[in-house]
Amino acid sequence: MARIAGIDLPKNKRGEIGLTYIYGIGRTTAQNILTTCGIDWSKKVSEWNDEELNAIRKHITESLTIEGELRSERQLNIKRLLDIGCYRGLRHRKGLPVRGQRTRTNSRTRKGKRKTVAGKKKVTK
Amino acid sequence: MARSLKKGPFVDIKLEKKVSVMNEAKKKTVIKTWSRRSMITPDFVGHTFGVHNGNKFIPVYVTENMVGHKLGEFAPTRTFKSHPVKKD
Repeated sequence: MARIAGIDLPKNKRGEIGLTYIYGIGRTTAQNILTTCGIDWSKKVSEWNDEELNAIRKHITESLTIEGELRSERQLNIKRLLDIGCYRGLRHRKGLPVRGQRTRTNSRTRKGKRKTVAGKKKVTK
Repeated sequence: MARSLKKGPFVDIKLEKKVSVMNEAKKKTVIKTWSRRSMITPDFVGHTFGVHNGNKFIPVYVTENMVGHKLGEFAPTRTFKSHPVKKD
């Protein structure tokens, strides 16, 4: 069983995809890892031998921040913005989009589910 | 798009002068400014700025964490006081 950074990788997926189950590794990073370790992208996770597995592990620990470390790093970045009280921090606090997107419509990802305002009359002709 | 590194951070010349005078005199008074577009440089740390928000001057005490941000980021220009709740 392939276990990297405390995560069990899915056995019967291609290596390129399997690696993306780790937080902080996407398709591009996964492909880069496999290329530097000299492994074919489409080799299944279960087909990796110990040597290849160790090479991947070594590469990840040396050059990438992933999982918990990455999560806490992101949290710290946000916390910094909150603490200094700048505009971006305020937007984080309010749960609104941070990078100047419109909020008249859309931006549901940040705002969450629609809260219908009661008593708003429909326009009738 | 980010600003070219070649140019360095932008600070209004007027404001830069004021800060350097203050630093030399070792004084710390509120510096009123309209220059919201100025980047906060390490020289600014420890000073208090009155940053204009279009209406009045918002006092901003600059700490080390704020270096690299613009002054305007700390003086919000809009006030939103929640939606009115209608009562019948």
